[in-house]
Amino acid sequence: MMQDDPVAAFRVEAGEVLDEVEQALLDLGSRLDDATLVNAVFRGLHTVKGSGAMFGFDALAGFTHHCETAFDKVRKGKARASGELVSAVLAACDHMRGLLRAEAGTADDGAGAPILERLARSLEAGEDAPAGATGDARAGGWHLRFRLAPDAMANGVNPLALLAELRELGAGAITALTDAIPPLSELDVGECRIGWAMSLPAAATREAIEDVFLFVLDDMELDLTPLEEGDAARPDVPAGNDAAPPGTPVAARPAERIAEETVRVPAGRLDELMNRVGELVIAQSRLSQIAGHGEDLALRSVSEEIERLAGELRTTMMVLRMVPVANLFGRFRRLVHDLGRETGKQIALVTDGEGTEVDKTVAEALFDPLVHIVRNACDHGIEDDDSRRAAGKPETGTLRLSARQASGQVELTISDDGRGIDLARVRAKAEANGLLAPGAVLPDHELVQLIFQPGFSTAAAVTSLSGRGVGMDVVRRKIEALRGTIDIDSRPGQGTTFTLRIPLTLAIIEGLLVRVGGGHYVLPLGAVEECLELPAETDQRSRGRSLITLRDRLVPFLRLREMFGADGTADPYQKMVVVGAGNSKVGLVVDQIVGSQQTVIKSMSPLHREAAAFAGATILGDGSVALILDIGHLLAVAQPREERLRAVG
Amino acid sequence: MTASILTVDDSASVRMAIRIALSGAGYRVTEASDGADGLNKARGERFDMVVTDLNMPNMDGLTMIREMRRLPNQAGVPIIFVTTESDDGIKAQAKAAGATGWLVKPFQSEQIVRVARKVLGR
Repeated sequence: MMQDDPVAAFRVEAGEVLDEVEQALLDLGSRLDDATLVNAVFRGLHTVKGSGAMFGFDALAGFTHHCETAFDKVRKGKARASGELVSAVLAACDHMRGLLRAEAGTADDGAGAPILERLARSLEAGEDAPAGATGDARAGGWHLRFRLAPDAMANGVNPLALLAELRELGAGAITALTDAIPPLSELDVGECRIGWAMSLPAAATREAIEDVFLFVLDDMELDLTPLEEGDAARPDVPAGNDAAPPGTPVAARPAERIAEETVRVPAGRLDELMNRVGELVIAQSRLSQIAGHGEDLALRSVSEEIERLAGELRTTMMVLRMVPVANLFGRFRRLVHDLGRETGKQIALVTDGEGTEVDKTVAEALFDPLVHIVRNACDHGIEDDDSRRAAGKPETGTLRLSARQASGQVELTISDDGRGIDLARVRAKAEANGLLAPGAVLPDHELVQLIFQPGFSTAAAVTSLSGRGVGMDVVRRKIEALRGTIDIDSRPGQGTTFTLRIPLTLAIIEGLLVRVGGGHYVLPLGAVEECLELPAETDQRSRGRSLITLRDRLVPFLRLREMFGADGTADPYQKMVVVGAGNSKVGLVVDQIVGSQQTVIKSMSPLHREAAAFAGATILGDGSVALILDIGHLLAVAQPREERLRAVG
Repeated sequence: MTASILTVDDSASVRMAIRIALSGAGYRVTEASDGADGLNKARGERFDMVVTDLNMPNMDGLTMIREMRRLPNQAGVPIIFVTTESDDGIKAQAKAAGATGWLVKPFQSEQIVRVARKVLGR
């Protein structure tokens, strides 16, 4: 067990310190003068050296000592940080990780020496140059703070519109000033008591900025100060909580770390706990059933209480396992940095929505598929400097990773501004592989889906980066194993965007229970958009067409009675549940909508895994089994029908 | 969702000019011929923005703005008034009555579209 083995604990901790050092180095790469970052790297190396020695990792301690000495020169201002130095120290970190994994007491295998040489060389280069501002002179820019009159919103002023205009001028580091918000008992929601502070680039003129506030200039507090060259825009902090002046960054960081109280728990224990909660939910729903049928009011009220508690427990469990995707994205910073160097291209990684949280196992499982997509984007998607210049694009290619939560799912997009997927080559490859008859007509968005077929790689040369074309089909399978979906949107010459949608939790979901004939089925409530009664005329008239118009949009529907071969006669007044994902919708016609309930997902046995329509099964309160429907599959079944019918139409 | 704009002016040609400019930019425009008409229409429907002249018979612009701010269904709706002078006196009065912003006559169609975008955020 971990707490009994200090060496194992040290390995985990040192690994984390090295991760932080790596992130600081990557940040330093774009802000070479930032003293805070230099200190952070130094402190990390110092920590690893000290504790390494304590636990017997002599080779690690020795190697790190040299790195620490070298970096100390930068810290003391005797040498300048440079991109080359950053890469050298990154390589050193990799070596340190290797030494960490080895048995304590193993000698250095000699791979460290060349790295140290490289380190020394990059420092020499930095020592000769005079200390001072690096090439990227920071332009002046502005610091803006404003507060609207409290009655501004009542008079029709929309602060969001103002912020949108400011963003268009390039506003960044926008912080809300909440110190003037009264306590809840005195709060008037019609009043605007929030102020805002932000930085604006020098390119924005004073007139342009003041013009944003054209209508409210007379009644507001506006503080627009120009920044001197070299001033970093400091984030605004309300009075009484002074931001630490740059001279004391060392003190600030450790204090942060102490304030965050965390407990380390092995992931296996959380899984056990999750299973227990799952069983509890099943038992509780049986209790609800029994209490519901009985006359005992006291029992019923206790049962409701337990239902509420089980729901809260379930929510807490889900949250326990959630980690911000920032961890996941952080690993890609290093990858993109290295890929940029290997391919000789300039690639900037932009991330968005780092605070979005996903289940820990989902995050782990997503890493490999994302690596593959990112590698493809860097290797094939983003063009080299010359091609980009010729195409009128900025020389630095942009790879954007963003995450957000939407209706019980996590939506991850990876998009690049490269050359897009070459559809002509996809077609050629598909015809060569026999996947497509020559001359067959296929719309572009279906053609692009072919890259998910096994053995499909149109890379002219298999590079070490992108593998052997076994990639995209494996990526899709891995995403589908997480009960997620992956979509591609490619615009020739403009770029490609991959969108992954993964359910937030794998184990327990809110489900909508429906009855079709004698069987019960569950739909994930997050995918349910609406429920309605199928109008009798549509029911009769549409025997063959299966399209219904909902608010000016044609939605295909599937009769589950037919799909699942239900016996008996249909209930009069069939009901339809409209489910959707992304932009697709489908209506599912059922006999009865029973209600919503927490659903513990049990995987299907290997015998039944082939039944694509079902994502799992669950046990209902009365002990019977309900199958959980796979929305992705149903949408896929409905779409071609819809297109064919529309074409006929 | 298309934004709906109420334009209030006793001059039909001005109303037409405003309507063409705004509907050309994709907004849905409703017209009213004076303050009383404008107030009536506002009672029946919540608009995303109101543009009004100040000198009108039956009920002038300032009174209409004051009354409109009393209507519960128009809470927080931006009201833009049109003025022929850049006279601070009028501006202060109108803002005191509850107006959000102004437009100086004569204006080009791009100006009113720009004000609409600025105030609506879309």
